[in-house]
Amino acid sequence: MSGSRKLRDRGTGMGMTVKTVTRWLKGPILLFGIYLVLYGHVTPGGGFGGGVVIASAFILITLTSGELAGLSIFSKGAASRLDSVGLLIFLILGWLGTWWASGYFFENFISTSETAYHSVLSGGTMPIGNLALGLKVASALFLVFTVLSAFQIAGRAIDGLTDPEEQQREDKS
Amino acid sequence: MTEVLALLILLTVIAAIITVLTTNLLYAVISVGAVGFLLAIAYLFLAAPDVAIVQIGVEVVSLVILIRATLGREVQQLKTVHAVVGVSFAVAFVAVIGLFGIQVFNQFPEFGIPVMERFADSPALVFLQTGLATTGAPNMVTAVLLDFRAWDTLGEATVLFCAALGAVAVLRRNARINPHKSEDESS
Repeated sequence: MSGSRKLRDRGTGMGMTVKTVTRWLKGPILLFGIYLVLYGHVTPGGGFGGGVVIASAFILITLTSGELAGLSIFSKGAASRLDSVGLLIFLILGWLGTWWASGYFFENFISTSETAYHSVLSGGTMPIGNLALGLKVASALFLVFTVLSAFQIAGRAIDGLTDPEEQQREDKS
Repeated sequence: MTEVLALLILLTVIAAIITVLTTNLLYAVISVGAVGFLLAIAYLFLAAPDVAIVQIGVEVVSLVILIRATLGREVQQLKTVHAVVGVSFAVAFVAVIGLFGIQVFNQFPEFGIPVMERFADSPALVFLQTGLATTGAPNMVTAVLLDFRAWDTLGEATVLFCAALGAVAVLRRNARINPHKSEDESS
């Protein structure tokens, strides 16, 4: 029972060993996710996989150093805004194909010269789409994780650091 | 190669059966994770690293969420009552779906021979031949996802957006109090 109580405690997180290892690992994980997103059109990866890896880095921080530490890096408001912005960029990218390039929806309107093959700046609109998708997937998954784990910690305030009304209600009961 | 793949899929099926049959919620979650990771290794053997990356990432995230949701509460020992009617319905469904599945599998191309070798004008072959010249991206999976079939990706992104939206809307803690109602009604 003590293990589950510790998990419920959102402030402290896990032990010192786990926190130290996380401090070393969170940078490489984040970097790997960004690499997967940026090079998605050249090597295996792409916006979806890279976004999931980026989200898992933030989830690792949240799990090891507590929910407050995770939310102070990537707040719920920022996550939901980035989620919407990512989808909007992707939609505008498709719309630009019809409007600006006067072609069809999601036309690849940026042409790639043969000398630029196999480099980051190739693939036309693909890097932009990958970036938008990575942003979207990372923030959406982190948002879902935060909401679900906050739902699990019943009886505590989520949105702010402390909710005074909630505190009073808890004290009365 | 094929033997390794068959072994992996056999282990996946065993893990899936354990998931259904175990009475402990935590064991069920762990064996669901085993299913996902074994599938990821199977994708690697099938030379699909793109799918394997996504599979591992989603598996880790969903497993963490599931374990966190399971560990917090008292793990319930599920008492399964196998009703005769329910079991017979399940067996009948599995039999019907299996019959259809055998019919479908008979029409599949042989394992390891892609469709583009059977039909010369299949889209896969066209994508592979003209993909680099028309899109400028050597990774054909991303070229299909973000150029040839970007509509599908837009739909997928919208599904994820709606899932996040639904989770935030359903699981929010502070409901908006209707200002027109009095204090007694709202409480």
